[in-house]
Amino acid sequence: MINPKTSSYKTRHEQLIAEAQPNEMILNMGPQHPSTHGVLRLELITDGEVVKEVIPHVGYLHRCFEKHAENLTYQQTIPFVDRMDYLASMNNSHAWVMGVERMLGLDKEIPKRIEYIRVLVCELNRIGSHLIALGTYGIDIGAFTPFLWCFRDREHIMNMLEWASGSRMLYNYIWVGGLFFDLPVGFEERCKEFIDYFKPKMKELNELLTDNQIFISRTANVGILPLEVAINYGCSGPMLRASGLKWDLRRVDEYSAYPELEFEVPIGKGLMGTTGDCWDRYKVRIDEIEQSVLIIEQCLERLTKDLKRTPDFDPRAKLPKKIIPKAQDFYIRAETPRGELGYYFIADGKSEIPKRVKARAPSFNNLHVISEISRGVLIADLIAIIGSIDIVLGELDR
Amino acid sequence: MKFEDIKNLLIDKFGPEVIVGEETSGLQPALLIQPDKIAEACLELRNNEKTYFDFLACLSGVDYGVDENIFGVVYHLSSIPYKTQLTLKVKKYHDRNQTGLPSFPSVCSVWRTAEWHEREAYDLLGIYFEGNPDLRRILLPDDWEGYPLRKDYKVQEYYHGIKVD
Repeated sequence: MINPKTSSYKTRHEQLIAEAQPNEMILNMGPQHPSTHGVLRLELITDGEVVKEVIPHVGYLHRCFEKHAENLTYQQTIPFVDRMDYLASMNNSHAWVMGVERMLGLDKEIPKRIEYIRVLVCELNRIGSHLIALGTYGIDIGAFTPFLWCFRDREHIMNMLEWASGSRMLYNYIWVGGLFFDLPVGFEERCKEFIDYFKPKMKELNELLTDNQIFISRTANVGILPLEVAINYGCSGPMLRASGLKWDLRRVDEYSAYPELEFEVPIGKGLMGTTGDCWDRYKVRIDEIEQSVLIIEQCLERLTKDLKRTPDFDPRAKLPKKIIPKAQDFYIRAETPRGELGYYFIADGKSEIPKRVKARAPSFNNLHVISEISRGVLIADLIAIIGSIDIVLGELDR
Repeated sequence: MKFEDIKNLLIDKFGPEVIVGEETSGLQPALLIQPDKIAEACLELRNNEKTYFDFLACLSGVDYGVDENIFGVVYHLSSIPYKTQLTLKVKKYHDRNQTGLPSFPSVCSVWRTAEWHEREAYDLLGIYFEGNPDLRRILLPDDWEGYPLRKDYKVQEYYHGIKVD
């Protein structure tokens, strides 16, 4: 039935709410609901237990990062960048720093040791971030133990990164042209110990959660995201790879030290159900942790052998005194645990402050697709879908 | 496909007036497209087998400053099969009057991801996108006044009776 009033609606949201049927209920999930992973509000139009439509409302954590960035120098913005995706601060600042270095033409001059330390801390952070994603996903579905196990293992990573940077979550460690400090003496050895400790723990986690029949029943064949929909909605990272596409910017763009490192790009294969379902997205993260472990081992190998620390090594040696890029536009993209993080800079060539910065947050695009893949699912399955997207609201709302 | 080839492809399809200019001085060259033609040009670039820009990486609204009074939108396209990237730009003069907003055609019909990006540009910069089915504020509250990322933005004095710093 076509509603004659349709044309008078200004937005689709207005139309969806106005055209809800008498047997349907409009239900607000969030913004304080624990399973929405932060302050996200989902407006649901439900018919009994069946979700007819999902309308996400975001912005509760908005602090206009882009306006801040227009008032601070490139170096001063790094702590703000860390606070966007607070679970993967290293990856965020790495992307920012790479963008600024390329605009300055510095990127070829960065010493190899610094590049390897950057990759090392980024991959440690990626493991930490994925552990949160997996642990909280378990708790969303009703498995409490994996959550505690993941946090226990992540704590080791937090401690190590705190040792290196002085802060537990928001590091401000990677600087334009170098690093805040060299790694503390003994870091490589401790990191090796952690890797040896961590590998069997992943096996335990797989036994407990990945192959758990209850978990599979809750996630397989739920929230299937077909590949063409994923691309059209701009999904990236594990979201896109779970739909079966080998697309990892670490491999596509070959930035930093990644071309010299060997690792696989895991994709979803639909082992338990259909390619692109919630279980696949979960599994891609599990596989990525294993790949990150491999990368860390290779980095440690290099950092303790040919790129060994020397007493005169200064990680701040290449730090530019004044960061004034030439007048240009530049878009940098990098792979964070959540997907393609992009920064678009407009530099005017005269000042140390960018004229405009836009951050392309992966969670922002990944969440958009939720209304497409949750039509007709049960409310309980919607929880499984939100968890599998792995959003970080700090980045989504910026 | 090279930058020049893409330019020629668009000229062949839509005529020379579709390209208003180009910026090749920086590290990433950009094509300046005629604002009315942007949606058609994007659709062609997505569907053409030689370019196949199927992934809209980023869409940014830009206010180029109070002196020039020019508003623009920048599209960062990327092609997954060819692993190429392309930057498109549209620009328009707007005198910042209170009654109207600078307006560009929406590319929602080409890439669905543009919908939220355009809502963000509308929210923070006050750029209107014709054809976006759901154009409302996304990050700020619905009753917020003004567009914070504009260069002449002044924050409202009171919001719901509380002073804003």
